[in-house]
Amino acid sequence: MNGSRVDFRIIADWIRPDSRVLDLGCGDGSLLDYLGHSKRVSGYGLEIDDAHVGTCIKRGVNVIQTDLDAGLSEFDERSFDCVILSLTLQAVKYPDRLLREMLRVGTEGIVTFPNFGHWRARWQLGMLGRMPVSSALPHEWYNTPNIHLCTLRDFEKLCRDEGIEVLESEVVDHAHRRRLGLRLFPNILGEIALYRFRRAIAP
Amino acid sequence: MKAIPPDSVGLVTPAQLRFAEPLALSSGGVLVDYDLVYETYGTLNSDASNAVLVCHALSSSHHVAGYHSPADPKPGWWEQHVGPGKSIDSRRFFIVGCNNLGSCFGSTGPASLNPATSRPYGADFPMVTVRDWVESQARLADRLGISQWAAVIGGSLGGMQALQWAIDYPERVRHAVIIAAAPKLTAQNIAFNEVARQAILTDPDFHEGRFYDYGTEPRRGLRLARMLGHITYLSDDIMGEKFGRDIRGGKLNFDYQVAFEIESYLRHQADSFVGRFDANTYLLMTKALDYFDPAGDAGGDLARALRGIKADTLVLAFTSDWRFAPARSREIVKALHDNDLNVSYAEITASHGHDAFLMRIPRYVDILTNYMSRILPGTSA
Repeated sequence: MNGSRVDFRIIADWIRPDSRVLDLGCGDGSLLDYLGHSKRVSGYGLEIDDAHVGTCIKRGVNVIQTDLDAGLSEFDERSFDCVILSLTLQAVKYPDRLLREMLRVGTEGIVTFPNFGHWRARWQLGMLGRMPVSSALPHEWYNTPNIHLCTLRDFEKLCRDEGIEVLESEVVDHAHRRRLGLRLFPNILGEIALYRFRRAIAP
Repeated sequence: MKAIPPDSVGLVTPAQLRFAEPLALSSGGVLVDYDLVYETYGTLNSDASNAVLVCHALSSSHHVAGYHSPADPKPGWWEQHVGPGKSIDSRRFFIVGCNNLGSCFGSTGPASLNPATSRPYGADFPMVTVRDWVESQARLADRLGISQWAAVIGGSLGGMQALQWAIDYPERVRHAVIIAAAPKLTAQNIAFNEVARQAILTDPDFHEGRFYDYGTEPRRGLRLARMLGHITYLSDDIMGEKFGRDIRGGKLNFDYQVAFEIESYLRHQADSFVGRFDANTYLLMTKALDYFDPAGDAGGDLARALRGIKADTLVLAFTSDWRFAPARSREIVKALHDNDLNVSYAEITASHGHDAFLMRIPRYVDILTNYMSRILPGTSA
């Protein structure tokens, strides 16, 4: 993995230099590594997978082996400028609780997830009557870690319900490209959705 | 005679240094002068930037790796991780193992002669703490020309020393590796230690710690203490796996001889401990564990106690360790990230209980190797 991934670049564009970042489900640490080099961010990745933790340690990314479903209780309020949840929201037990936790420990949050409203997913489920399988959703229904898939609209509704203000959003296709069509029909053509948000200021 | 494996540091000889400057102890006592016994493996580089201190736990010593003679049946206590090409690679690092004060393997301790009386210290040997050990190890580092450790590493009580080093000498520790440790003991931990101490203290052969003068030692007490210790070092699962309810000789004899394999194991551990370990040292080591509490001086706030640390830290815990459970390591991790310090934490799945820190578990080896590989810039594992 490298910094040429558009989702990484979008996230980097959204993050202020020298920020303190918490990356939930940081995988092999490539995003934190990229942000460290491009934006001088510091912080920690949380990851449960043994092999990923080993890779993070090898590349010098701070990683704390933990289960996101156990919550973020060991982190104090507002201890990070930004909390990132990259392609992990759909795999956690309590996405709504985790979003609240993100905005407790961080000033801003960034979430990316595979869009279940993408036309190919709609086609496979609606016309073929099969659970969708694609490059963004590569698993079969019986072995997928993704237990809370959602569409762009679903996510935006959850944000409204939770009093979360979306500051910016983007969608990219399976090759992580941004194209005009995506801007016009994000919930149909976007395969990966990216949102930057914060707690809405009470009116 | 069997051949020494090629991935061992090989034959090693302990060294000894005398320290004539008095050491003021946490207890208020003073050690007027003392000896430290240590071993080194590998070569100190020209700018002394590759030195690694390995701190030992309750019953081990400066003999971290290698063999003392070709006939030596057992290598050092951390042979699994220290040697050429191993996680802590003696081809890259200059590795130092130091026997702690109060121990019974060569450094000044209760069995050493008290210069004031020309008799063994016995009960007069002052109580030593983790902080006192760090202070004495710092003096050893001075003498060895090491102004800063590339890493201070230890498991269990050794991990506590690594943490104390990072607190007391922030400029002298680049990395701390804290394995299967805790920021302080729980009431349950202290309770186990107290039972072990009572076993020794109430043994009629203890003679108020002066058993050397009587030509005896509190064997029964020390045996019980060791048996109790071993129960806490193993997990219920590994005990079940290794021994279960297996019966010696296949049938019950309805007497108090060994019936179950676990009884045989504990008795064997106890027997091999007596004769090589000193009862007064056991008392001192368990007290050093009980007293360890860096947060104590910071109003109980561990994050505040760790505020001055500059070292990067790796914290490791083992899933089945109930003596110092992973949650205890997480307390250290939290206090470190509360201070925005570089820290990584890995929880190693292992059934061995607390003893896992001594084992060669593939993922444990990988993590340690990965971490150590980035400690020395310009070299790669």
